[in-house]
Amino acid sequence: MNLEKVVFGFFIVLAMTLNFGFFIGDITAVEQHNVYELYAAIVVNLIATVLKFGDRTQVGALHLATSLVADLQLIAGAVVWAYAEHATGAIDPSTVASVVSLSGGAFLANVVSAVLLIIETSQLRR
Amino acid sequence: MNSALFLALRRMRAPLIVLIGAYAIAVLGMVLIPGQDGEGMPVRMSFFHAFYFISYTATTIGFGEVPYPFTNAQRLWVTFSMYLTVISWFYALGKILQIMQDPSFQQVLASGRFRRSVAGLREPFLIVCGYGETGSELVEAFDHRGVRTVVVDINAARVSEANLAGLHLDVPALVADVRLPDTLVMAGLEHPKCFGIVALTNDDDANLAVAAAARLLRPSLPVVCRCESEETARRMTAFGVPHIIDPFALFGAHLATALRKPGHFLLHEWLTAAPDELLPEPLFPPAGHWVLCGFGRFGSRVARGLEQAGNQVAVIDSDPALATSGKVLCGHGTDRGVLEQAGIGRAVGLIAGTADDVINLSILQIARQVNPELFVVARRNQRANGLLFDAARPSVTVQPAMVVVHECLAYLMAPLLGRFLAAVADRPNEWANELIARIAAITEERVPESWSVTMDDAEAPALAPSLAAGEEPLAILLVDPQRRHERLPVLPLALERDGALQILPPPETLLAPGDRVLFCGRGRARRKQYLTVSDANVLRYVTTGRDVPGGWIWDRVATAREA
Repeated sequence: MNLEKVVFGFFIVLAMTLNFGFFIGDITAVEQHNVYELYAAIVVNLIATVLKFGDRTQVGALHLATSLVADLQLIAGAVVWAYAEHATGAIDPSTVASVVSLSGGAFLANVVSAVLLIIETSQLRR
Repeated sequence: MNSALFLALRRMRAPLIVLIGAYAIAVLGMVLIPGQDGEGMPVRMSFFHAFYFISYTATTIGFGEVPYPFTNAQRLWVTFSMYLTVISWFYALGKILQIMQDPSFQQVLASGRFRRSVAGLREPFLIVCGYGETGSELVEAFDHRGVRTVVVDINAARVSEANLAGLHLDVPALVADVRLPDTLVMAGLEHPKCFGIVALTNDDDANLAVAAAARLLRPSLPVVCRCESEETARRMTAFGVPHIIDPFALFGAHLATALRKPGHFLLHEWLTAAPDELLPEPLFPPAGHWVLCGFGRFGSRVARGLEQAGNQVAVIDSDPALATSGKVLCGHGTDRGVLEQAGIGRAVGLIAGTADDVINLSILQIARQVNPELFVVARRNQRANGLLFDAARPSVTVQPAMVVVHECLAYLMAPLLGRFLAAVADRPNEWANELIARIAAITEERVPESWSVTMDDAEAPALAPSLAAGEEPLAILLVDPQRRHERLPVLPLALERDGALQILPPPETLLAPGDRVLFCGRGRARRKQYLTVSDANVLRYVTTGRDVPGGWIWDRVATAREA
């Protein structure tokens, strides 16, 4: 067992699960989407991205790309949320819908990332 | 660039994760710990406000406690957060600076820059492997002629010398091992504009490796190799390296030529010296008894050259191992007794050929005290000692580096010149003297330039179309394109047609497509000649004597006026 692989796999899967946790629920109901979960998803996604730095293989490049997509979508969602809450004053259902749908896109990227991880692992039958 | 970026990212993983972790903990704490608003009501910071606050605290900007003054619980957490985030930032910045200064990262950056500047070269260039005495002289000589070079050396100090040498053209230089084929490819071995590779390192094996790589990766590329052992020279020949330069053997052969055929020697000197310098003085080494100090790589080959020319040679060397053969006197050339034992009193010539410049100069001084009439050949190893040698005034100064440079220039810049010199080597001395007189008449005491012109669309675009008819004589290239009744100061030395070489072709010779003609003369004449072969209007003036206007309308008007 390789500790590096454990940490790597842990962060990728955790990024995906946190993202899923935030995403699931009625798309317009603000009480079904926890802001702390969004925050945790962003932090874990950023850490997962940094862990993928420096791998020069083809799969490594794809890994990094999916993570960057997820970061971009989640941060965009957080910005929308912060803008709605502090600049326009209220969170209406349409704002919640756009934040959740952005996180849905990020979730898809995280799923691709997890699939890549599985493919990579299955190639190394040792 | 890419690999440098990846290297930096890989090393930055730990500090970035620490930074993200520190921010995450600090922001989360700020959100969870309740504060109080102006009326004392509990209020929680949002993630946005917490992130804003931590951002300006972590970067030590510090706007203060907004929007409300903090509670003590918050201040406790902020104290902790400040140390956490500021230390994380310092760690990350320190790591970035450390990566920037890391020699391996610098090397990756430098080779990236080198690769890009080589790939961006749009003019023909030459790869020079080894930037020592010889390499630097060669690069300077090519720079003087406006030819681009690319330098690779294993020694970082020499490469930085190349960057500081004050050359006119930008010379991409890289610290790398030329024995690795990747290095050569990076230096442009497979670049379409690379017209030659020169291996001049002081390691024969490295030169052999360069030659082998060049022959295998790009068989058509001209390769010049310096080689100082006969063993390696044989191996290079086996690899099909067309041009191997052994500076010591070359000088030995030159000296033998100078003794037997001074005319040929002078011709060779004139045609291969750096253009526009004063013509070297004719040299007449005397025949008879010679004393040679230093029987290493240089001495042994010079002794062979002297003996082939029918001279007696007394050899002095300090290495006792050589003395056992009986031919070599053991001792130092700086010892007057040893010099006298070698017969310096009755000698006609002395060769101070050790690898140490100071010893060579002192041998010269001592020998001249005994025998002031000596013809002295002194070997100069270091370029920096030039002043001392100028002051000591030996009859000839041999610089192994310059011997190599001249040979490289002749081979790479005017390949036809090498063939010409080889072809005339067995002509009598009188023939050479006559040619020297003709060259002297056109060059006005300066070293002539040698160049070749190929009769094709690339080098003679104006002339090429009319050549197929075979009616243009060589004479049109010898006429001043501004005054057609005057001759240009150029001399056609040779004409190459279908691989055969015609020495001193007469002006009536009719040119054919694909001919290559070797000329010598002043650089000015070369530029005028270029006008004739490249500009159709100039060519028409030269052939017909009429100054025809260019352009379609004037062409029609002129034709109508004639009719």
